[in-house]
Amino acid sequence: MLVLDRVSKVFPAQGGLFARGSSVVALKEVSLSVGKGECVGLVGESGSGKTTLTRCILHLDAPTSGRILFEGQDLAHLSAAALRALRARVQIVFQDPYASLNPRMSVHDIVTEPMLIHKDVLGLGARQRTDRAAELLALVGLGPQHLHRYPHEFSGGQRQRIGIARALATNPHLILLDEPTSALDVSVQAQVLNLLVDLQARLGLTYLFISHDLSVIRYVCDRVALIYRGEIVEEGLTERVFDAPESAYARTLLAAMPEVRVTAPPPASP
Amino acid sequence: MAAPLLDIRNLHLSMTSFDGEAHVLNGIDLTVQRKEIWGLVGETGCGKSLTGLSVSRLLSSPPARYKSGQILFDGQDLLGLTEAGMRALRGRRIGMIFQDPTTNLNPVFRIGEQLVDVALSAARHSPEILGLSASASRGERKAAAWRVAGEMLDKVGIPDAAARLMDYPHQFSGGMRQRVLIAMTLIGRPDLLIADEPTTALDVSVQAQVLKLFTAMVAEHDMGVLLITHNLGVVAQTCSHVAVMYAGNIVESGPVAAVIGDPRHPYTQALLAAIPTREVKRGALRGLAGTVPNLIDPPPGCRFAPRCALAGAECTLAAPPALAVGPAHRVACLRATPGGTG
Repeated sequence: MLVLDRVSKVFPAQGGLFARGSSVVALKEVSLSVGKGECVGLVGESGSGKTTLTRCILHLDAPTSGRILFEGQDLAHLSAAALRALRARVQIVFQDPYASLNPRMSVHDIVTEPMLIHKDVLGLGARQRTDRAAELLALVGLGPQHLHRYPHEFSGGQRQRIGIARALATNPHLILLDEPTSALDVSVQAQVLNLLVDLQARLGLTYLFISHDLSVIRYVCDRVALIYRGEIVEEGLTERVFDAPESAYARTLLAAMPEVRVTAPPPASP
Repeated sequence: MAAPLLDIRNLHLSMTSFDGEAHVLNGIDLTVQRKEIWGLVGETGCGKSLTGLSVSRLLSSPPARYKSGQILFDGQDLLGLTEAGMRALRGRRIGMIFQDPTTNLNPVFRIGEQLVDVALSAARHSPEILGLSASASRGERKAAAWRVAGEMLDKVGIPDAAARLMDYPHQFSGGMRQRVLIAMTLIGRPDLLIADEPTTALDVSVQAQVLKLFTAMVAEHDMGVLLITHNLGVVAQTCSHVAVMYAGNIVESGPVAAVIGDPRHPYTQALLAAIPTREVKRGALRGLAGTVPNLIDPPPGCRFAPRCALAGAECTLAAPPALAVGPAHRVACLRATPGGTG
């Protein structure tokens, strides 16, 4: 469904007064493929190129070299109209549910906005859009009574559900999940993760799940790719990477992972 | 045994807001001894940070009002101290580290100058920090402060520390900045360290380094630590003891091995069940429905009852007392399971 073929992205050095000379290589020959119905995890530390990669996939940034194919189409060779049509099939859920919803728009407007933007593709009238919005809210565990409320009235977990409903609005095939649970408490995180797993099974979605939380990745992903300084250093089935990491970086990362495990045996019950 | 380093007794704290008075801390009891690292965990809005801020008296009142209770630090009630008396303790005997290392360093001053400021201020109360007599001249003090700053920076594992004193905060990475803040806190040789989410903003590998540094420093300086976090993994790895907070109450507390290995309170059990571990199959993770209750009008009786699967009618009658279920392991729940079910 999504194929990245030796994608590189170099941000050229700034010219002018503060010229530094060296340019920044954000991605170095990244190759990755995501099959239909898969959940692929992308793990890396801050500054490793995760966000640049998502921006390239959405074609918000053009890669310096390499090709990105989505359902067989090369993103670089699409017309503006074709690109817009394609974006209905690729959606994104952002990290911070507090920042990614416009506080001045009602939930109805937030969820129907993508349908309005992709009107040519979806062809929904105003009534149909409202019906669909109510349907989507039910799908993510909210109700039609929430349609006319504003983001500030919701908790973090509920906001992230709204963000997910918005991403689902255009019937996308691929959803990029950019740290969708890192701003949430564990109890809420568990609910959102279960929702994502459930939606994937019901709607046959494909996920590219970006996170720095290894336990979350292990829970939801079929395959995982580790990115370090713009390069994919290890890629494979989730169990294989977690149980028998091959690269030194994977071993370091896994060793640093804070597991909830106690070394001493619990004291005997009184 | 001598008086505990920190002894919080039945602390009640209220905050006034436009909607009314919120009972944000509802009878906190917590005792921290030297060499103990206490983890304080719970969801957002449970009062973890407020407990930490109460100990260093950094909450302005109004809106904060202490209804009752004591915060005994080495036997001295901090709630009765004047601001001047408190200032003598802060940064000297009680150190604090906050979540975001970027916003806690001044971007326009060199790291060294910021460390030296702290050292000079701490030395005003206890000149031995600089290794000088009280009669030392200003220049001598300043030179000694620079030397101490360099030593501390070296101690927290920053390579080439003496030269890096001349750098500005933006020249350090996130993990390094957190180390600088730890160095800054350690200059005053505090007896009690309050660390509020010290690693939340850091990558896992950096987090592991910072936590390792923490444990080493605690052993070396004979400190007591209150580590506020929402990450039970960090607690399991770093802390000796843990207190689980819910809606302004400590619902379960005790040694880490007991609380995490054998949780008795339904809330602790739910928190642990919500963490994805190796054994959990996809889709089988148990979340915890609902949210932390409104503290202006909290539910009657046990505040966790509305979200609790085990709650019965008796749970809404009165707040459950904290009872011992094991050595130093206390649980505030009427339905606390007697056997190990965690």
